[in-house]
Amino acid sequence: MRIVVCVKQIIDPELPASQFRIDAESKRQRANGHPLVISPYDENALEVALTLKEKTGGTVAVVSAGEPSAISALRKGLAMGADEAALISDPALDGSDAFGLAAALARGIQKLGTPDLVLCGCESGDWADRTVGPILAEALNIPCVSFVAQVEAQDGRLRMRRVVEEGYEIWEGAPPLLLTILSHESNVPRYPKVKDIMTASRRSIPTWSAADLGVEAGDIGKAAMRTEVQQLTLPSRESRCELLDGEPAQQVATLITKLRERKAI
Amino acid sequence: MPGIFVLGTIENGIPSRSTLELLTGAQRLAGGLQEGVSVGLLGPGDAASLYRYGVEAVYRANHPLLKEYQADLYLLALQRIAQTAGARVLLLSGDSLGRDLAARLAFRLKAGIVTDVIEIDIEGSEKMPRFTRPAYGGKAAAVIIPKRFPVVVTLKPRTLDPAAPAGKPKGKEIPVEISLDLAQARTRMVERVQEETTGVKLEDARAVVSGGRGLGGPEGFTLLVQLARVLKGAVGASRAATDAGWVPSSMQVGQTGKTVSPDLYIAVGISGATQHVAGISGAKTIVAINADPEAPIFKVAHLGIVGDYKAILPPLIAKCRELMGS
Repeated sequence: MRIVVCVKQIIDPELPASQFRIDAESKRQRANGHPLVISPYDENALEVALTLKEKTGGTVAVVSAGEPSAISALRKGLAMGADEAALISDPALDGSDAFGLAAALARGIQKLGTPDLVLCGCESGDWADRTVGPILAEALNIPCVSFVAQVEAQDGRLRMRRVVEEGYEIWEGAPPLLLTILSHESNVPRYPKVKDIMTASRRSIPTWSAADLGVEAGDIGKAAMRTEVQQLTLPSRESRCELLDGEPAQQVATLITKLRERKAI
Repeated sequence: MPGIFVLGTIENGIPSRSTLELLTGAQRLAGGLQEGVSVGLLGPGDAASLYRYGVEAVYRANHPLLKEYQADLYLLALQRIAQTAGARVLLLSGDSLGRDLAARLAFRLKAGIVTDVIEIDIEGSEKMPRFTRPAYGGKAAAVIIPKRFPVVVTLKPRTLDPAAPAGKPKGKEIPVEISLDLAQARTRMVERVQEETTGVKLEDARAVVSGGRGLGGPEGFTLLVQLARVLKGAVGASRAATDAGWVPSSMQVGQTGKTVSPDLYIAVGISGATQHVAGISGAKTIVAINADPEAPIFKVAHLGIVGDYKAILPPLIAKCRELMGS
């Protein structure tokens, strides 16, 4: 099975709110030298891909559309066990919305070879739009199953466990498929071995521009935006936590009093 | 033709709670943009009750294959009715169904998309709809405007109030012919499993007691269940606890789980990752119980106890039981 995993590099989402700053012009979070990581669910998706490869054979490729810095996210993917990596990076992509990114990713994935399975995280750790995966499926003209926690391959078909509000659903389908992956006890991302990190750091990773991929200029970038971020603001909610002192019995008594004052009980 | 379109669902003969929330958004848009409201229904269900909410037309695609959810078939039917209705703004619930359909529908309609919207208003003289949604795990709020129509919008469940009846019921049903074939379903849902929940539904509960990694294992939830029962509330969990397999994922509260807005939220052994906090911003009072004084949950909680939950919960349960007289 040929598996492609799409990864997005983001500013560490667990950065404390106190260090969160907005760039007024781009209406995005300011990077400010904070650590860059693979968006969490994308790592779960990569783990699913690597596990499937171990069970059924095949190859795993990681692909990212983003800044040149995303090469480090791809190197981590290689170190975790992916066979191949490619970066799509081009200033022409700046300002692209989900449709623009999906258009570029679709061409990049096709350039790598027709996939049997494309995996994305179910949402990114920054904007969490949950749109690029399903739109990419449409752009590749393949079916999509979203919020998948587990995948099994059986006789050339795939069986997916899709998480919904009241429980889960079992879906079946034959490749090619696109799945968006949710974290689950079965897909905790592995840590790369030091040796593999070293090897991955020496691998050359191709960087493709929009022109390399034959992406229409009108399909990407600011001009192709179907929606626009007009404003990005910090919410004013800044509650001051009152810590309750004393022995447990005392703490509980104070808590009850405070909760009654607040009419919470 | 009404330009505001709501994908509705009928439960036991009346609009579902999420449909009423969508209708609140629709009424707001209709007022500001001087457009009418239509509802799309897939499959059977009495539409009559919808007309009390200012709905002008119900577009229905009725086909035996729409009886249960099959993504590809639903998409074909939905695209068809949305186009027949001449929809400019399409409102879908941000539940597991809406999340699955919205982006693909937008692609097919060559529409824009805004997801997880928590507020809708209309900008002044331009008459431009503005959609507010959380970003960066709730650390920021973004206002999104469409650059083109149509635009598909999903509303975060349980953020807008359900619609109130508006004016005299006047509306009509328009059947939309559709031919579907099971072969068009490239993927199939073959089984649906309901995970057991007892007592109050998490989303409806006035009190929620949630546990996380700090509980140390699944057995920690026993105390939480007792406390929730005394408070007549529900038990939730952080992603760490559901990912560890301690409790089913249907109990997850947070960005990828459920959004709750109870009067009282008690977070036990939950560090307070942004992913979790995104699901509780509507809670009126947040109590954090955690052994780690540095846990970020204390930044969002109103009341906090630094300590071992095993020492705190038993007396808390006893006190609450006294108070509640049960």
